[in-house]
Amino acid sequence: MKAFRSVSGVVAPLDRAHVDTDQIIPKQFLKSIRRSGFGPNLFDGWRYLDEGSPEKTENERQINPDFVLNKARYQDAKVLLARENFGCGSSREHAVWALEEFGLRCVIAPSFADIFYNNCFKNGVLPVALPAEAVDALFTAADPGPLTLTVDLEAQEVRTEAATYGFEIDPHRRHCLLEGLDDIGLSLQYAAQIREYERRRRSEAPWLFDALR
Amino acid sequence: MGGRTLYDKLWDAHLVAEREDGSSLLYIDRHLLHEVTSPQAFEGLRLAGRGPWRIDANLATPDHNVPTTDRAAGIEGITDPISRIQVETLDANCDEFGILEFRMRDPRQGIVHVVGPEQGATLPGMTVVCGDSHTSTHGAFAALAHGIGTSEVEHVLATQCLTAKKAKNFRVWVDGTLGEGVTAKDLALAIIGAMGTAGGTGYTLEYAGPAIRALSLEGRMTLCNMAIEAGARAGLVAFDEVTAAYVEGRPYAPAGALWGPALAAWSDLVSDPDASFDRELVLDASVLEPQVSWGTSPEMVAPITGQVPDPAQCDDPVRAESWAGALRYMDLAAGQALTSIALDRVFIGSCTNSRIEDLRSAAAVARGRKVASSIKQALVVPGSGLVKRQAEEEGLDEIFRAAGFEWRDPGCSMCLAMNADRLGPGEHCASTSNRNFEGRQGHGGRTHLVSPAMAAAAAIAGHFTDVRALLGEQGEQA
Repeated sequence: MKAFRSVSGVVAPLDRAHVDTDQIIPKQFLKSIRRSGFGPNLFDGWRYLDEGSPEKTENERQINPDFVLNKARYQDAKVLLARENFGCGSSREHAVWALEEFGLRCVIAPSFADIFYNNCFKNGVLPVALPAEAVDALFTAADPGPLTLTVDLEAQEVRTEAATYGFEIDPHRRHCLLEGLDDIGLSLQYAAQIREYERRRRSEAPWLFDALR
Repeated sequence: MGGRTLYDKLWDAHLVAEREDGSSLLYIDRHLLHEVTSPQAFEGLRLAGRGPWRIDANLATPDHNVPTTDRAAGIEGITDPISRIQVETLDANCDEFGILEFRMRDPRQGIVHVVGPEQGATLPGMTVVCGDSHTSTHGAFAALAHGIGTSEVEHVLATQCLTAKKAKNFRVWVDGTLGEGVTAKDLALAIIGAMGTAGGTGYTLEYAGPAIRALSLEGRMTLCNMAIEAGARAGLVAFDEVTAAYVEGRPYAPAGALWGPALAAWSDLVSDPDASFDRELVLDASVLEPQVSWGTSPEMVAPITGQVPDPAQCDDPVRAESWAGALRYMDLAAGQALTSIALDRVFIGSCTNSRIEDLRSAAAVARGRKVASSIKQALVVPGSGLVKRQAEEEGLDEIFRAAGFEWRDPGCSMCLAMNADRLGPGEHCASTSNRNFEGRQGHGGRTHLVSPAMAAAAAIAGHFTDVRALLGEQGEQA
């Protein structure tokens, strides 16, 4: 898994609440059987004026000049700023793959949907939940901006020239992300406990182990 | 020690290990797979040289990409080459790893959240996961069920476990009795409207109270299906005789000597009377009306007798902006009566509302009536091949066809429009699905979430209408 220690860069302010994963990566791009290739279609319905399809190349598309990621001052954004409940809806991990491939390594919002939040950590993307007032202050600074900041996972801080905001994060997730650990490998260290659980459970509730065939 | 909630009990029963850093390893009894979120997980296993931990705990079926016409053609019937590769990849992966799969021509194929329960592959007391957020559906069986991402699909395949952190307990208590024409879907929408789409984030919901006990198992599935739309990964309903009656005799349910012990174990799948919940919401089903969503988030709902709200009347500025944006996208005016919204298409289907009771409910409204001439298309998409067969045995297909509905083959279809069934730009759709997000049913499409009965009524009227007025009358004989 990709590690994340810190990232410094421009913040792109996406002033919307409840940004759902259907917007982050629309369904027509979920037909891919690969983990890459989603960056060009991040926020496809908002970034472009025409309808996207897997067959169309970027050159054929009509750019929406009003969308935040298309504005010159946010061209090299590394951090996305949004409102509450970011990443709600579908469980599609493709949403995180698209953000990461586009170059957004961190999303800051007042709150996140659970499945999206979880998916971020599997892909070296850091979701940072900050209090609504801090997010408000960042929106004010980032638009027109551009605002440059540093997100430091080790110190658990978001730093701008004007302020420093601490953030909370689950210690297990922080550790895995800092080290870029393979969490399947970590879980397989518990193979003996898993076997023991299965042995005990099978005697209590054998119907749970009837084979599907 | 105080009593435990149903969620506490399910969590405790599946705990394999607790780490020092507070994370836990949770055992997964049932893993459901479909073609969209699994290929990268299988590829990950291959790259790491890992095999599945417990092959026979997995069940797969293609559902998102499958066409709803010409099923007899099987995979050859998929004209979109990219969709076809995805379904072929699922078939190949299931062959390679030895996973049970209901393929396109298998009568048991269907939407994964319809198929699991129908086959008895979903059982009370299980943990059930799938790379699909609507896995919460299976919570209707007093099973801990939730959606996962593709990395977690790979994790479950490789370890039969998930790394998890316990959620908090949220009880949604529903008193009273649902009125005629008011369904589990209306209750689901009203609950989301009351909680907001982030209201359940970090919680497991337990739906309880007299109105929940009175729901059929299929109604409970509809309710739990949409727990994720309130932000909760999992929704639950306690085990009772309704659950037992539904499960008994299903192909993969315990039978013979195992049925008695299973039933005895399941009887404990209820929250203890002295269990405490971190949050609670109380509703009265008796005052509930049929619901219609007017915006681009499932929390944007109102009763059919109501109007589109005015963003100027909303005191939260972020929310007011969301409402205003939704009205622009939906091309609706503040104060407009919901009954004045004209429709272009109607979709009856999805993992929320494609089961036999849903189809019966819609057919009862469609019987002897005609779809309005202004409706371009009215689709009925059964949730599985077996639901389709049952509906045909009951003559529901004839009722729908006679009324002008199209009777299709099973799949996710227009819920998310990964196949050919979709809305055109600007079209309004009365849909029994679960999400009204921008573009969800097609680029520029405008989705209104409703119950199957309300969708059928809208198809007949050409605009939204209170289905309760139609239930008393008899349609003209077709």
